[in-house]
Amino acid sequence: MPHDHHDHDHAHSSELTPIELRVRALESILVEKGYVDPAAVEAIIQTYETQIGPHCGAHVVAKAWSDPAYADWLKQDASAAISALGYTGRQGEHMVALFNTPTLHNMVVCTLCSCYPWPVLGLPPVWYKAPPYRARAVKEPRAVLAEFGVTLPEGTEVRVWDSTAEMRYLVIPMRPAGTEGWSEEQLAAIVSRDSMIGTGLVQVPA
Amino acid sequence: MIGAQDLGGRDGFGPINTEKDEPVFHADWERRVLGFTVAMGASGAWTGDQNRHKREQLPQDFYWSANYYNIWLTALTQNLEERGMVTARDLAAGHAVDPPKPPPRVLNGDAVAGVLARGFPYEREAKVPAAFAAGQTVRTIRNETAGHTRLPAYAMEKHGVIEAVRGVHVFPDSNGMGQGEDPRWLYTVRFTARELWGTATPDSVCLDLWEPYLERT
Repeated sequence: MPHDHHDHDHAHSSELTPIELRVRALESILVEKGYVDPAAVEAIIQTYETQIGPHCGAHVVAKAWSDPAYADWLKQDASAAISALGYTGRQGEHMVALFNTPTLHNMVVCTLCSCYPWPVLGLPPVWYKAPPYRARAVKEPRAVLAEFGVTLPEGTEVRVWDSTAEMRYLVIPMRPAGTEGWSEEQLAAIVSRDSMIGTGLVQVPA
Repeated sequence: MIGAQDLGGRDGFGPINTEKDEPVFHADWERRVLGFTVAMGASGAWTGDQNRHKREQLPQDFYWSANYYNIWLTALTQNLEERGMVTARDLAAGHAVDPPKPPPRVLNGDAVAGVLARGFPYEREAKVPAAFAAGQTVRTIRNETAGHTRLPAYAMEKHGVIEAVRGVHVFPDSNGMGQGEDPRWLYTVRFTARELWGTATPDSVCLDLWEPYLERT
C-alpha cells in the first residue's frame, strides 16, 4: 500500500486523534483508488499556504491608492483589473471592488457558507467561517465592528455584502492620512486582511 | 432549505472569536482536507452547488460546533459514499477494499496551477433579456422547500432595490440538485436594515439573487 505521502507525519497511528485517523484513511482510499494524485494535493496545499494570501489583495489596494486610472478600472471591471496583476481563478472568478468613503463603509460576509475571494485574500480565517460572524454581520454590523475595534460615525452607512452567489467582494479601504508620497510597496505593507474584508480600517503604524 | 447553514440574523452565537496572527492551518490534517477536497472538487464527480447542498444537510449540532474542515471532510465522505466511489468497507479498513468507480477526471499535479488560476467561472451566455434593471424595486419570494437555494431566510419576502445586474449565472437551485445548470440572470439587491430587521440605522445589506427569487412590485 502506498504511504509515501504520509512519511512526513511524525506520529505513529496509535497516537493519532480520531479526526487524524479519518483524514488519513480517506486520503489513503482516494489515492489507492486513483481518484486523487498525491502531487496535486501537495500543489494545492503549497499554493494556498505559501503563495496566495492577503499580500495579494494588499497589492491591489496599494495600486488603487497610487494610480487613479487603475482605481477607475477596478471600479468598472474588478475581475480584469485584478487579473492584470496576476490574481485570478478559483473563488475569484467574478470580482467586485467595494470602495470605502467617509460616508460608506463596506463589509463582506457569507451567511450561507464561507465564500471568500481566495485569489486576493487566500483562505478565510476561522472566525469568518464560524457561526457568530455569519449570524451577526448582516443584522448588527456596528456591534460586530466594535468587537474588531472599529467605530464609525453615526451618519456613515454600513453596507454589508452577503456573498450568496459566485460574485466575490474585495473592500478597498480608505487610504490613511500621513501616507502621502509613499511607494506602492510601503502602502501594501500597512493594508491588513481585515481592512479588505471590511472588519478593519487601515492605520499608519505609530 | 433553511438548514444549519442559514445563519444570517440568528441570535445567540455569542462573540466573534478572532485569533491574532492566525496561521493558515491549525493542524496538518486540515492541510490534507483542503488538498484532497479541492482536488476532488475538480474531478467532475459533483458540482460545487451539490457539494454546498451536502454540507448544509449536516445536523445542526454538528454544523454549528465542528471545525470547518471537518464539515468539508464529512460532506466529502458522504458525496463519495452516495456515488459508490468509497464504501463503508473501505472506510472501516482505512484502505481501498472495494474496486474503484472513477470520477470523470483526475486532477494531475502538473495541472493544478492552471486549473486553480482558471477557476470555474459561473457566468453563461445570455439567451433572454434581463427582467429587471438597476434602480428597480423588487420583492423576494418565500422558499422554505427542502432543496438547495441561495436565498437566505432573513431575506425572504422583503423589498429591495436592484443595485447591479451581474449577468447570467448558473442557478444553484437547479445545479445543486443535480438537475443541470439552468443559467438565470443574477442581480445584486440592496435591502435597508429597517426592511430586514426593523432597525433605525442607515445601514443596508446587499445580496446576490437570481431572477427566480424576485418578483415585481
